[in-house]
Amino acid sequence: MSQIETAFFEIGSLDTLATRDSFIHRLDPRAKLLTTLAFIFCVVSFDKYQFSSLLPLVIFPASQLVVGRLPVNFLWKKLLFLAPFVVLIGIFNPFFDRQILFHIGPFGVSGGWMSFASILLRSALTISAALILIATTSFSGVCLALEKIGAPRVFVLQLLFLYRYLFVLGNEGTRLVRARTLRSFNRQGTGMAVFAQLAGQLLLRTLDRAQRIHLAMRCRAFSGEIHLLRSFNFGRREFLFMICWCSTFLLIRAGNFPQLLGKVLLEFTR
Amino acid sequence: MSHHIVAVNDLSYSYPDGTAAIRGISFHITHGESVAIVGANGAGKSTLLMHLNGYLTPNQGTVMVGEFPLTKKTLPMVRRSVGMVFQDPDDQLFMPTVFDDVAFGPLNLGLPVAEVKERVFEALQKVDALHLQDRPPYRLSGGEKRAVAIATVLAMSPDVLVMDEPSTGLDPKARRQLIEQLSGFNHTKIIATHDLDLVLDLCRRTIVIHAGQVMADGLTGEIFNDRELLERCYLERPLRLQGCPICGPA
Repeated sequence: MSQIETAFFEIGSLDTLATRDSFIHRLDPRAKLLTTLAFIFCVVSFDKYQFSSLLPLVIFPASQLVVGRLPVNFLWKKLLFLAPFVVLIGIFNPFFDRQILFHIGPFGVSGGWMSFASILLRSALTISAALILIATTSFSGVCLALEKIGAPRVFVLQLLFLYRYLFVLGNEGTRLVRARTLRSFNRQGTGMAVFAQLAGQLLLRTLDRAQRIHLAMRCRAFSGEIHLLRSFNFGRREFLFMICWCSTFLLIRAGNFPQLLGKVLLEFTR
Repeated sequence: MSHHIVAVNDLSYSYPDGTAAIRGISFHITHGESVAIVGANGAGKSTLLMHLNGYLTPNQGTVMVGEFPLTKKTLPMVRRSVGMVFQDPDDQLFMPTVFDDVAFGPLNLGLPVAEVKERVFEALQKVDALHLQDRPPYRLSGGEKRAVAIATVLAMSPDVLVMDEPSTGLDPKARRQLIEQLSGFNHTKIIATHDLDLVLDLCRRTIVIHAGQVMADGLTGEIFNDRELLERCYLERPLRLQGCPICGPA
């Protein structure tokens, strides 16, 4: 029960971080969104056995963490929280793909292990980039940027409402669960049957609330379109930010830097 | 101005499940009046309010707002002039930030940006909530939410303010602030509430509703002195008018 509550406070903490002030925070949300999208696209475009060539991409989230003055802790916690899901996706690769790719000392490294490691790294990179985007832009900022670059309005509104009422729904859910816990003893009343009732309750309450919200919107002259007053300013800074990062991604994508570095070192030591 | 700004004539409404919530209610509220609608739980207060902005359509009778009867055609105009503050501010604050929320109505009316900003500023200032404008609504306290909810309605500059239980869930200080703010507004006010002490402070006139019917309509002072009437409608005299349990009856 208390876990649910803390999980909700955690979601809000991203928005709190977004109210801070830094070079990254001040950038136009569109620039950050597009750069992050380019980053994610770059990460997933690598071949499935790539690991070392992905490593240089760490520079994007890392530099944003530093420039945006974000605590590393929050990122760790979220990554660890999501880790089980990621592991589940890749854990079977080593069993199916047993072809040995190369040897480290006496150990043969199979393709399965390489692709598993690659999945872990990719997910860490993409998830942290997305989290940093929200922590420097705020969720609504990201939504508005989506709308400005042409995402369907309905979709953006759904996202905004989802985020706004996630907290209300979370609160309502926690209250229901708390009420149940306080009146169930010796594991009585915590079974599936009661849970189904709770879920049904929550659905009905949500429908009721949706109706009231709709009424509230109609009362304020809502006619199907939501207008937001936001002055976006896509200036030279944003342009430079995007160009610099995107070309970095391209460079990293084009050449295998760790290999290059290794070669250079070998040349020197020869 | 003496024209009736809100006039309800022989209004009846039954919910689809057959519950008769309102049974022949009539009243006239004139410009600038501040009227309380009091009644026990389930007396029909909320259902009545739902008719004032056209959310529910009466089975019988009419509702006039300004000089127009409430019909599908006049609905947008009526909604513009009747500002409704809901019981649960969470239903009313649905935008990402307080500023967006207060600007929601004026933007829907198609006002120019400069005027929208001006209106948001004024509305938030009236409820002492200007400092909250960049905060997301779910981060506000109960009192702050209520204040912002009122601002969202004020920004539409309505002629009539309709409020459903405005003082529920507020601590004494927030409640006092609310009362002070409301007493400063010149709008026609219709307040549905159980908080009879609040009525005593804000409304000269009170309409008592019981089981979907008007039981009394008159000066607040007179109605609150009619113990028999209040008891019949499952109400109690405001605490301030009751005798002190220590010093003896009033």
